[in-house]
Amino acid sequence: MQVLKRVRPIGPVLAAAVLAFGLIVAPAAAQEGPSGSNPTAQSVNEQQLLQELNKIQGRITIPDGKAATLEQPRGQDFRSFHEGALPWIGGIAVLGMLLVLALFYFIRGRIRMQSQEAGVKVVRFNALERLTHWVTATAFIVLAITGLNFVFGKRLLMPLIGPDAFSGWSQWAKYAHDFFSWAFMLGILIMAVLWVWDNLPDRYDGRWLRVGGGFFDTSNRTHPPAARFNAGQKLIFWSVIIGGIALSVSGLFMLFPFAYADVNGMQLAQTIHAVVGVLMVAVIIAHIYIGTLGMEGAYEAMGSGTVDLNWAKEHHSVWVEKQGAKTESSQPAAPPTPAE
Amino acid sequence: MARMKFLCDADRCIECNACVTACKNEHDVPWGINRRRVVTINDGKPGERSVSMACMHCTDAPCAAVCPVDCFYTTADAVVLHSKDLCIGCGYCFYACPFGAPQYPRTSNFGSRGKMDKCTFCAGGPEADSTEVEYAKYGANRLAEGKLPLCAEMCSTKSLLAGDGEIIAAIYKERVTQRGYGSGAWGWQTAYRETITV
Repeated sequence: MQVLKRVRPIGPVLAAAVLAFGLIVAPAAAQEGPSGSNPTAQSVNEQQLLQELNKIQGRITIPDGKAATLEQPRGQDFRSFHEGALPWIGGIAVLGMLLVLALFYFIRGRIRMQSQEAGVKVVRFNALERLTHWVTATAFIVLAITGLNFVFGKRLLMPLIGPDAFSGWSQWAKYAHDFFSWAFMLGILIMAVLWVWDNLPDRYDGRWLRVGGGFFDTSNRTHPPAARFNAGQKLIFWSVIIGGIALSVSGLFMLFPFAYADVNGMQLAQTIHAVVGVLMVAVIIAHIYIGTLGMEGAYEAMGSGTVDLNWAKEHHSVWVEKQGAKTESSQPAAPPTPAE
Repeated sequence: MARMKFLCDADRCIECNACVTACKNEHDVPWGINRRRVVTINDGKPGERSVSMACMHCTDAPCAAVCPVDCFYTTADAVVLHSKDLCIGCGYCFYACPFGAPQYPRTSNFGSRGKMDKCTFCAGGPEADSTEVEYAKYGANRLAEGKLPLCAEMCSTKSLLAGDGEIIAAIYKERVTQRGYGSGAWGWQTAYRETITV
């Protein structure tokens, strides 16, 4: 702009000369400021810096290192994801899963045992397995409720109870989220060690998946063979392990803010945590359904730790055979199976 | 009503940090918290510029949008303020803020950061104006006394301007026209979706 203003008063001949030597002459003319130079000629330019790096970094004289980031417009992307896509992803995942399960329940109904109870119990999960499951489960439910509060609380709960009560609850919810996370992380680790061996893919998985585990056979007669865990349970297991590790790692970044990441890393951690979190809530809702209301006899396995022999034969035939072989060889007085 | 804005004329800023000190002193800001800071870009190289930065009091503020407890509000002067009674210290506002304005005391165990603190444009908080309780939580309320932010008032080179957006933009325009250069209104495009064209 300044160049043009200075060019205008000079004659047409000079103007032509300026045009001819444009590249050389223009900066020279611009340098004739009041102090004899144009300090902006070489100066850093905000728009240019933002275009090059999408962030402006400098040097500061205070110990807080993250204050050296002058501008990070990526905060706008964090905002648009957090307030735009995230509530939709979460809402569709959670409500969608509830809707699918409700439809399944009303159309298909409860998955019943086909045969009568044998009256003989088989140990399915020992005390350590059940303890691990319920510690992780309790922690997850607390984490799920307090986590969903971060996304949906201000939209659903705050209008009902008012900002002060909602803030008080959210403060405790945040503390609970921070502290229960440790139980959850420990649970995930122990669970992985306890069950990974029985959750490796085996030759029964293909058939189990092809017939949909017998979920869609309303006569309850389809029972594809399965070892200790069928393919559906393996899918749950691996979702929990992979999702749990993703939640744990991204969560640790947030438990120690800025210890391992800069502001963009923190944004990424929060985004991953939120998306994996709402998807895990949906997966666990399905898990809770099939473990309680959805299937007769399923809850006992994790509740008391034992299941009826005939239930085990229907759902985990290969596992029962192996268990039977073990018991018969070690204990001669194995409980006989009553005739049907 | 005025639309309050900050403008740092980077061609005048000499990184003396008087704005930072004035702010800390005026509001009795705790140790470890900087409501305002001076960042030097390309330090020691030709074209180096220093910019004094605090909360820019954005139009449609991202911090307010992401807050899970909706503790932010905008005053009639377009100053973005928040309630420390409602804040739960989750840290989302810092992730969303383009200028790194939100600050958290007590960085202790498991990310429990304490109530967020940031520049109030010397306008206090939701408590009654110029009360002790307001001062303890948010610092001085100079706007209520008819004064503008102290950082800008203290600025030795009058680099930092604070006040009605149209007035400070006119001052900046006049400067640029007179001296013949200007590296622009830093942060304005991001904060206000507009910049000053000279």
